[in-house]
Amino acid sequence: MSGALAIDVSELTKSFGARKVVDKFSIQVPKGQVWGFLGPNGSGKTTTIRMLCGLLLPDSGSGTCLGYDIRKQAALIKRNVGYMTQKFSFYEDLSIRENLDFVARVYEMDDRVRAVDQAIERLGLVERQQQLAGTLSGGWKQRLALAACILHRPQLLLLDEPTAGVDPQARRDFWDEIHQLAAQGLTVLVSTHYMDEAERCDRIVYLAYGTVLARGTVGEVIGASTLNTWIVTGEDVRALAGELQGRPGVDQVSVFGVTLHVSGTDAGALERAIEPYRARAGFAWKKSSPSLEDVFIHLMAPFRARLTG
Amino acid sequence: MFGISLSRIGAVFLKELIQMRRDRLTFGMIIGIPIIQLILFGYAINSDPKHLPTAINVQDPSVYSRTLVRALENSGYFRVTHVINGEREGAALLASGSVAFVVTVPPEFSRALARGERPQVLIEADASDPAAAANAVGAVAQLPATVFNRELSGGLSSLRPTPAPFEVVVHRRYNPEGISAYNVVPGLIGVILTMTMVMITALAVTREVERGTMENLLAMPLQPFEVMAGKILPYIVMGYIQVTVVLIAARVLFGVPMLGSYFDLSIALALFIAANLSVGFTISTVASNQLQAMQMTFFFFLPSILLSGFMFPFRGMPEWAQWIGTVLPNTHFMRIVRGVMLKGSHLHDMLADVWPLIAFMLFAMAVALLRYRRTLD
Ligand SMILES: Nc1ncnc2c1ncn2[C@@H]1O[C@H](COP(=O)(O)OP(=O)(O)OP(=O)(O)O)[C@@H](O)[C@H]1O
Ligand SMILES: [Mg+2]
Repeated sequence: MSGALAIDVSELTKSFGARKVVDKFSIQVPKGQVWGFLGPNGSGKTTTIRMLCGLLLPDSGSGTCLGYDIRKQAALIKRNVGYMTQKFSFYEDLSIRENLDFVARVYEMDDRVRAVDQAIERLGLVERQQQLAGTLSGGWKQRLALAACILHRPQLLLLDEPTAGVDPQARRDFWDEIHQLAAQGLTVLVSTHYMDEAERCDRIVYLAYGTVLARGTVGEVIGASTLNTWIVTGEDVRALAGELQGRPGVDQVSVFGVTLHVSGTDAGALERAIEPYRARAGFAWKKSSPSLEDVFIHLMAPFRARLTG
Repeated sequence: MFGISLSRIGAVFLKELIQMRRDRLTFGMIIGIPIIQLILFGYAINSDPKHLPTAINVQDPSVYSRTLVRALENSGYFRVTHVINGEREGAALLASGSVAFVVTVPPEFSRALARGERPQVLIEADASDPAAAANAVGAVAQLPATVFNRELSGGLSSLRPTPAPFEVVVHRRYNPEGISAYNVVPGLIGVILTMTMVMITALAVTREVERGTMENLLAMPLQPFEVMAGKILPYIVMGYIQVTVVLIAARVLFGVPMLGSYFDLSIALALFIAANLSVGFTISTVASNQLQAMQMTFFFFLPSILLSGFMFPFRGMPEWAQWIGTVLPNTHFMRIVRGVMLKGSHLHDMLADVWPLIAFMLFAMAVALLRYRRTLD
């Protein structure tokens, strides 16, 4: 049945006190795919991931990870899943090698020493392997944590913001490695706030206030949006943004350096709104499809209105 | 689902060992606490206080009483500070702590002595500090046999020992059990272990929660028992090191004997240490930070030191306090160690104290395992 699915959960719900943090969350992730998990702060990403690897018991809902029941077979899931926590949770008072060695021992790896050697080599930390983990920079801690959670060759990786604070080169290396691992059959669910990372995923799931607002490939998510976007290029787009903000038909305006994204759900109203400005010298207007970020911000608009209103 | 894995226990054990070595404060505490406590309490044991203030109540002034008082002073332990007349005055001085002893020579002492009636000299000692009084009292015991050798010559030489021509009766006040100096060291072992073992385990687990490493630990295929065993084992080793330090120091500095077998002692130690570590582990499952863990440790430590018979004689405590004391492992452990060290008893002679220790240990372990969180809920 779920032979081809690495994660198959339905209607997972979790509350802390009276607050529902995750509400009827369902996904089916096929083996060998890389799924991105997006959503604003506090939307329930970490909570969901913790339920998937048996760290939190869902209040209701059920499902399997790697074919094991998330309620009853947490021990088996833990053996075959690599979970990278959002906050660095290895031992700062152990050295890089000692941390990796601890993990290898806990997973009872037969080729412990060799696996640890290889991991250190891949990290490029051979000379610093005796350095205490606590003295590593933030980005290097992330890289150590990632190395540690793939050390025991899991079948499923649950990564909670693995690249937060990591430099662009290291992020690219990291994603190359993720895709290599996926090519070998590993399944990855990775939460992130970076749009470029979302675009490297097979599928994305967008979560807000515990509910899934959008899912699918990047193209599908953008296509499903009712948003229309104009991109303006010019010298002083900031001033223009100020003028456009709040006009009827204009739902969101955001500045990206020398470009401006002007979006609205009603195409006609949007065009009427920008009409007076299009003739202005120094700006080039182009109709385009919205970016992923535009779509996400648009998805959040009703919640923002509810919060402020 | 999976059996208990020795290599996973080993993983946690090694990790704890490394962390223990790196954590200078904890490490210092483990070695430092026994040494500091030994010095503090050991001073009390070792101090052989001399020239203790003494009140004399001589109701029969004679050559004998004068000789007796001089002999007391010559022993070095007594310094006559008050010459009094009447029992009530003596009791008041003793109660206020102005004197450590009241020596009463009864009326008609010399006549009774001459008649060979073996009159009694009463020494009331403030034994609330038993260590202070013990040596002085010991010195007095020698007196009757020799003190009047010169006076009792010629016609009275028939009264020379043995038996001694008079008796010294010592009344220990405020501390009827008269805990001797030796009793303190075995008690100290229990107190030191209770304090360090409970606190260190409580901190070792709470620290994981506080630093966020607990999430990782829970996400790994480690079973509660494996975590507990791996965390507890290094500290059992530590406990034995502490006890060795105390035993050697007690032997070398204070000459405390070891009459029983080290095997019996180490069995009792294993039970006691495991019991305390389980208490620490239980505390760590309740406390949400290291400060709380510390406070709860003291909540357990105080009755262990106050109601176990270490501070106050057990039989002198009110009944409710004895009940609490009976539950505490330190009470039974101290009795066992005193039995083994000072009386040369064997464990099977002291089953009445071994069983409660085992029962407490099993109970504490069960609670610790049940309370250990398997999830972050
Ligand atoms: N143990 C807990 N007890 C109470 N509330 C909690 C607990 N864990 C999480 N929450 C709450 O649940 C909500 C969702 O938290 P969660 O960490 O899952 O969000 P997230 O999507 O991972 O956010 P971020 O992007 O900031 O990491 C938050 O409002 C948080 O305060
Ligand atoms: Mg999170």
